[in-house]
Amino acid sequence: MSDTAIITAFSLIAEADPALVQVIGLSLRVSLSAIVLACLIALPLGAALALSRFPGRGGVIVICNALMGLPPVVAGLLIYLLLSRSGPLGSLELLFTPAAMIAAQTVLVVPIILSLTRSMIEELWGEYEEQLRSLGSGRLRAVPTLLWDGRVGLLTGILAGFGRASAEVGAVLIVGGNIAGHTRTMTTAITLETNRGNLAMAVALGIILLSIVLGLNALAFGLTQWSRRRMG
Amino acid sequence: MTLLRRLTVSFVLGFAALPASAETFITVASTTSTENSGLFGHILPIFKEKTGIEVRVIAQGTGQALETARRGDADVVFVHARGQEEKFVAEGWGVQRFDVMYNDFILVGPAEDPAKTKAAATAAEAFKAVAASGAKFASRGDDSGTHVAEKKLWESAGITAEGQPWYLSTGSGMGATLNTAAQVPAYALADRGTWLSFENRGPLEITFEGDKVLFNPYGVILVNKEKHPHVKVTEGQAFVDWLISAEGQAAIAEYKINGQQLFFPSAAK
Repeated sequence: MSDTAIITAFSLIAEADPALVQVIGLSLRVSLSAIVLACLIALPLGAALALSRFPGRGGVIVICNALMGLPPVVAGLLIYLLLSRSGPLGSLELLFTPAAMIAAQTVLVVPIILSLTRSMIEELWGEYEEQLRSLGSGRLRAVPTLLWDGRVGLLTGILAGFGRASAEVGAVLIVGGNIAGHTRTMTTAITLETNRGNLAMAVALGIILLSIVLGLNALAFGLTQWSRRRMG
Repeated sequence: MTLLRRLTVSFVLGFAALPASAETFITVASTTSTENSGLFGHILPIFKEKTGIEVRVIAQGTGQALETARRGDADVVFVHARGQEEKFVAEGWGVQRFDVMYNDFILVGPAEDPAKTKAAATAAEAFKAVAASGAKFASRGDDSGTHVAEKKLWESAGITAEGQPWYLSTGSGMGATLNTAAQVPAYALADRGTWLSFENRGPLEITFEGDKVLFNPYGVILVNKEKHPHVKVTEGQAFVDWLISAEGQAAIAEYKINGQQLFFPSAAK
């Protein structure tokens, strides 16, 4: 069976099957968009949480950490209820569109990037506080410096977030609907092929998905190595 | 910075590709059996060619499909549980139900048939035989049309299957349930369409078929504009009309897997 799967995977890639290209393109678009959105939200929030002191801060940190384990299907259900025509945001007509899938994946990824950013910035601030203060830099002004300094570690967190976004199926299935040619991603296509009993095709798609994730990680690794060598 | 730029570009593209396009589409809540069997892949391009209307299909169990429509998230439902469909129309959620096609349910089980269902004369007898033998039975357990039909069959056999140690409620679609049944192995009620296109059969084969009570009719209903004003009435009605037209019926009839016809047109002439 696994032989057939590997052959199927290679012939799919070799033929550049248009349906497959479309599915891969959509998967990447949705997950990368979710990652960018999540970074825009979570990097500043994570840094702010690391450097600020307010009552209940511990509680917020615990909640963010716990949300890293938010089941995708629950995130999907929440977004579904929000975007459904009978929900508060129904008039936006976003249910069963890629935008809804981006929203759901963003919800899943924000806690991961936020929590990792917080712990990393907290650590760096502890290390460099005196130095930064002597340069006249306050907590707020130190944020960009700290984020830049921690970029290698942050990239790992962002990759973890991408892994979660591109691997999940529960949320995109509910809010996207797995519509052929419109909201079908790698993971929902794998689910569909499994349900059709077409296991070779399902495994083939799995091999392709893994290769993409592997490629992106290799790229990120190369980038950090290159930046380390350049920056010394 | 290149990575960041690349990410930004794909981010922008991600939004640019959102369906702001003027192309007309309708959303149809349908069942896993129609999608998994490949029927939609065959008939929808023909419909789009003729009308220019794209049909976006959400494949769910019948119960969930009707719920999706009740919430206003679909324009048309295309499902197979007549009782639930009639209730849906009676409550005002749907305009009118039309017969479209039928296929039939079959009992599949391990080839050696430990419950001797191959010898049964009726579906009720076959189900009694399964219960008496203690052989495993995999149920959809998801309020789908197939699950509703299965519950009726247990009732007609006078057996309370739910909660029995041999009764496995998978709570998933037809394909996933067949995957489970093939592994256990267990008996399962399946629609013929999904079965014919299903490739991971393992030791399973059809052990009982042909009883009239296994008849599985599909109906199509336009969601009622009075409940959900945003329903695309014109396009939705066009799809309903086409399905029950001579052309739509012919398209359904000509869909075959390995030379076997999966669905039989049944619209009133």
